[in-house]
Amino acid sequence: MEDFEPRIIVFACNWCSYAALDLAGTSRMKYPPNFLVIKVMCSGRIDPQFIFEAFRRGADGVLVAGCHPGDCHYIEGNYKALRRMTLLRKLLESFGIEKERFRLEWISASEAEKFVSIAHEMYREIKALGPLRIEEVSKIGEA
Amino acid sequence: MEKPKIAFYWCASCGGCEESIVDLAEKILDVVNLVDIVFWPVALDFKIKDVETMPDKSVTVSFINGGIRLEEHEYVVKLLRKKSQLLVAYGACSSWGGVPGLANLFSREEILRCVYQETPTVDNLNNTRPKTKLNIEDIVTLELPEFLPRLLPIDLIVDVDYYVPGCPPTPEVTWKAIEILLSGNLPPKGSVIGASDRSLCYECHLNETKPEKVLIKEIKRPHEVIADPEKCLLTQGLVCLGPVTRGGCGALCVKAAMPCTGCFGQLDEVIDYGGKAISYFASILDYYNEEEVEKALSRLPDPMGTFYRYSLPASRLRGKIKIMER
Repeated sequence: MEDFEPRIIVFACNWCSYAALDLAGTSRMKYPPNFLVIKVMCSGRIDPQFIFEAFRRGADGVLVAGCHPGDCHYIEGNYKALRRMTLLRKLLESFGIEKERFRLEWISASEAEKFVSIAHEMYREIKALGPLRIEEVSKIGEA
Repeated sequence: MEKPKIAFYWCASCGGCEESIVDLAEKILDVVNLVDIVFWPVALDFKIKDVETMPDKSVTVSFINGGIRLEEHEYVVKLLRKKSQLLVAYGACSSWGGVPGLANLFSREEILRCVYQETPTVDNLNNTRPKTKLNIEDIVTLELPEFLPRLLPIDLIVDVDYYVPGCPPTPEVTWKAIEILLSGNLPPKGSVIGASDRSLCYECHLNETKPEKVLIKEIKRPHEVIADPEKCLLTQGLVCLGPVTRGGCGALCVKAAMPCTGCFGQLDEVIDYGGKAISYFASILDYYNEEEVEKALSRLPDPMGTFYRYSLPASRLRGKIKIMER
């Protein structure tokens, strides 16, 4: 398990969170290289299907990042994300996916440090959990 | 000209799909006039060995209902695939797993323990469990098919040509599907036939009463309220899955003031019915912070059974994930 390196998908909104990730890079802050970033226009664009698909395709963790409540470029997209992700979390629990593997965070354009500290935390927690093995369940004949 | 040959088979299902074929009422006579039924365990005395002796591709259409739960289901469905020109997943269970598919939240051991030991009405002092083989004093050997670890929709083990949705498909949908299949003018492989291409709301009689923007303050469960049958059920706080569910049933449940539970399944281009359903439903909860959203959702005790009622085995994650040993 020591050499397991998690793959973590980040869905970052165009207006705040992606800018924060960019800032972390241009400010030469260090964080684990295990984060694959997908830019979306708004956290309200993130359909729970995307998160299921990410886990299905081998993600060990997913981070959804959007503007702080009240700061959404589209007025209330992040509130929709909040509602969706709250319900999604309940389903992920029933699917047997540990809560550490999925996070919703508000990260404004200036909060590069917040992203970096979340990234370190997620990396550490998911590395300790080990890989999420999903392939096995779809094959017949395996328990 | 020889009549087309039709086969029906049931796997892990309740029998409602078989019933729905009989529900064609007098039209069943037209079906019998148009086709020869060569295999239908629930109604006719043909055996699996009769199917084994048929030439390959000699059956025109096989209708399969129910998901794959036993070794026997897997064997017969693969056999019928070999013997048939077209294979149709008939009903929600064979298409996406259906209600029995919710068992994918539990392991085989948990299910067997619950059924054979823990159920209060079961008295099983010897801890008897079903065996695949039982030899009785060297006289006779009894066999039972293996109970598979998971329930699978049939398209995970064989090629499926068409899907007929519903729990069960309504007689109108079944008849339309049969007409399409016998017309010779076949839609592209993998199509859902007999139903609509648009969501249920488009054909729902209450659609006109739906306001421009629907927001829900309090989720209500059907047994808690007497719904107003003249008003969109969503606006009354009931979890109606009509907006994300394929139409074609004529909004039968809504006509009886019961919210849609999603038995016609997903629309084209949706990859995970439950994911789409929570995306839509959560977004209309009229709350703006996590505690309030949590509180509103606590009125929904079984989100899995609500949003994946018919489609858990066909979801992206297929069921509860077994995390490898650490």
